Amino acid sequence: MGHGLTMEFAFSDEQAMIAETVQAFFRENATSERTREAMAAKGIDRELWSDFCTELGLSGVGLPEEHGGAGLGMVEFAIVAEAAGAWVAALPLLGLATAARAIAAGGSEAQKAEWLPKLISGEAIAACEGAPGLAEDGGRLTGAITPVPYGALADVFVFVAPGKAWLVRGDAVGVGVTPQVTMDQTRPFATVTLDGAKAEPLADAAAAIAAVHAGGWICLAAEALGGAQATLDRTVAYSRERVQFGRAIGSFQAYKHRLADMMVDIEQARSAVYWAACAVNEGSDEAELALHAAKSFCADTYHMCAGNMIQLHGGIGFTWEHDAHLFFKRARSILTMLGDGQWHREQVARLIMGAAA
Amino acid sequence: MKLGFSAADEVFRAECAAWLQAQMAGPFADIRGIPNLCDAIPRRKEWEQQLAAHKWSCIGWPEEWGGRGATLAQQVIFAEEYARAGAPNRINHIGVELAGPTILAFGSEEHKANYLPGIAAGTHIWCQGYSEPNAGSDLANVKTKARLEGDEWVVNGQKVWTSLAHYSDMIFVVARSEEGSKGPKGISFLLMDMDQPGIEVRPIRQINGEAEFNETFLTDARCAADAMLGARGEGWKVAMALLAFERGVSTLGQQMQFRNELDAVIDAARANGKASDPVVRQRIARAEIGLRLMRYGALRMLSGTDPTVIDGAALTYKIQWATWRRDLGELAMDVLGQAGEIAAGDHYAWGMLPNMYLYSRSDTIYGGTNQIQRNQIAERGLGLPREPRGDL
Repeated sequence: MGHGLTMEFAFSDEQAMIAETVQAFFRENATSERTREAMAAKGIDRELWSDFCTELGLSGVGLPEEHGGAGLGMVEFAIVAEAAGAWVAALPLLGLATAARAIAAGGSEAQKAEWLPKLISGEAIAACEGAPGLAEDGGRLTGAITPVPYGALADVFVFVAPGKAWLVRGDAVGVGVTPQVTMDQTRPFATVTLDGAKAEPLADAAAAIAAVHAGGWICLAAEALGGAQATLDRTVAYSRERVQFGRAIGSFQAYKHRLADMMVDIEQARSAVYWAACAVNEGSDEAELALHAAKSFCADTYHMCAGNMIQLHGGIGFTWEHDAHLFFKRARSILTMLGDGQWHREQVARLIMGAAA
Repeated sequence: MKLGFSAADEVFRAECAAWLQAQMAGPFADIRGIPNLCDAIPRRKEWEQQLAAHKWSCIGWPEEWGGRGATLAQQVIFAEEYARAGAPNRINHIGVELAGPTILAFGSEEHKANYLPGIAAGTHIWCQGYSEPNAGSDLANVKTKARLEGDEWVVNGQKVWTSLAHYSDMIFVVARSEEGSKGPKGISFLLMDMDQPGIEVRPIRQINGEAEFNETFLTDARCAADAMLGARGEGWKVAMALLAFERGVSTLGQQMQFRNELDAVIDAARANGKASDPVVRQRIARAEIGLRLMRYGALRMLSGTDPTVIDGAALTYKIQWATWRRDLGELAMDVLGQAGEIAAGDHYAWGMLPNMYLYSRSDTIYGGTNQIQRNQIAERGLGLPREPRGDL
């Protein structure tokens, strides 16, 4: 049988090495203790973010090298987000995926030069949100945007509306921020109010919006994939240790079959994330469909897996002490963030059959 | 990491697509897209021979046995173009995809010379003698007995769910050759001629009205002592290796058929206005996403550096596509409404979508039920403890 392989839908050696490095970094550093400290404070592990940005040097993945970025592409970014998601790391990675990419894709040279190096080094934090209801008057914006993930910690905001994208400095006059008690404490929300706040339009709004979509949806889909795989791995480990009725509970079919169903969906989620990442990299005409598929499928998979993690751990899985709820709450947050499953699936339907009559 | 195939593979795609489409538009237009496996058997045998005459019957085999030594990528491409052209399901799928690769892997030079040319030429149709009334999911429980008499095996027992046995020339049989053995030990893998007095085939009618599979009774059926793959009593290894072929590249061509089926559902929804129903749109979108993920899962499987390693994507593939198609069948009937429950003619025969709805109920059973698949995923993929047997 001929086994010569000409397909390359698998990690290159370099990509496999990045995956190994970034997973080791989060395994070592994004411990439950540190995440819980961050949850009890402002929802960020500032030291971890600084180490991630400077020591590991992977914050610039997918961002231009002339502004401190690391080059590379969406596959490498997905690898990073998958690892961060596996440890529910309390980090503002989503802002890099959305706001920083919007500035890189649609901003002026001056905007890029001012913000990208600071965002990549971790010195500044960015947040991004859709804001269709803002009133614009003479370069000033008025209105409320909620919820904004990591909004209370952001040094710079990118707000997008159909055909428009603005950059707003966190310290600008007229910017008010109110942190919200958020179910997922590892990525807390805030309300941002703008009262005639100065806004700099991003020159190429269409490019900025496309960058926000691609970066944001891939980031969430990859985080969801990493999180879902982690819930499976941890539940498998538990099921081999925990003994009831004289047997490891992982030997019972009712239990095994649920884990198997998790694996079936996780493998599809993995295909979805890396299909979408490659499609974006290659400018494929499937890219839009792939992004909607990845965001909706991975979010559903993560939520199903995290729910199963609680169920399959029994009472201990319902305690604050156990990490199951960190996954479950992150999964819940991802389900709705940047468009819920129904909206994304309607986009898929529109792409394959046109708008509903 | 990249999507898609190499430029050389795309040249290959153009070549096979052109040939297949010309065949289906020309000399074999009468069997283009026929949905039922048992229709037009003589014409389908001619089609097998036409494929063979142009070296398209078993492209993954080595050239010396009538193949093209095609790469996995090329086999996938051929399977895709085969379905895209609307060519009918291969009547000798079991010979080409299962028996052939197993003979290539385990057979002697003599076995290869005896059996491969007939498969490659499309003249010898094969069927699979695995399941028995008491050995379905628990295949190791086979009771069919083989005893050596002089230079012949004499085989007695009953096989069931033998697809296409009533049109087959050859059958491979797993039979218990070692007296008093139990489970996977003591089984031999035999290659038998169907045309003999000791083999009787009785068709079994299925829920869609067709009779694609059969009961096969073996009463002092015979084959030569050396018509056996693997060592005597060690046929289980061969039987399992064959199943790995079944779960491998041979299933990938189905995806283009699934594409045709999903497109037919979308067309039906457009025709009766349900394409504007938001619930139907959600379900169609889910089906579309599932189909795309099936494709990229398959590409991940085939992009692995070592094709013998069963990774997560490969292990989960069967339950994934079987469940997807069952769900598509339900969606198809919901879209068609009661029109889907009324046959077009005056006998019990079904068009593409209602037939798929009924047929897909077997997808989650044959080749390892969804429940057995979940056991395998849990045991082999996740390393969970094996289910204890009740009788060993």
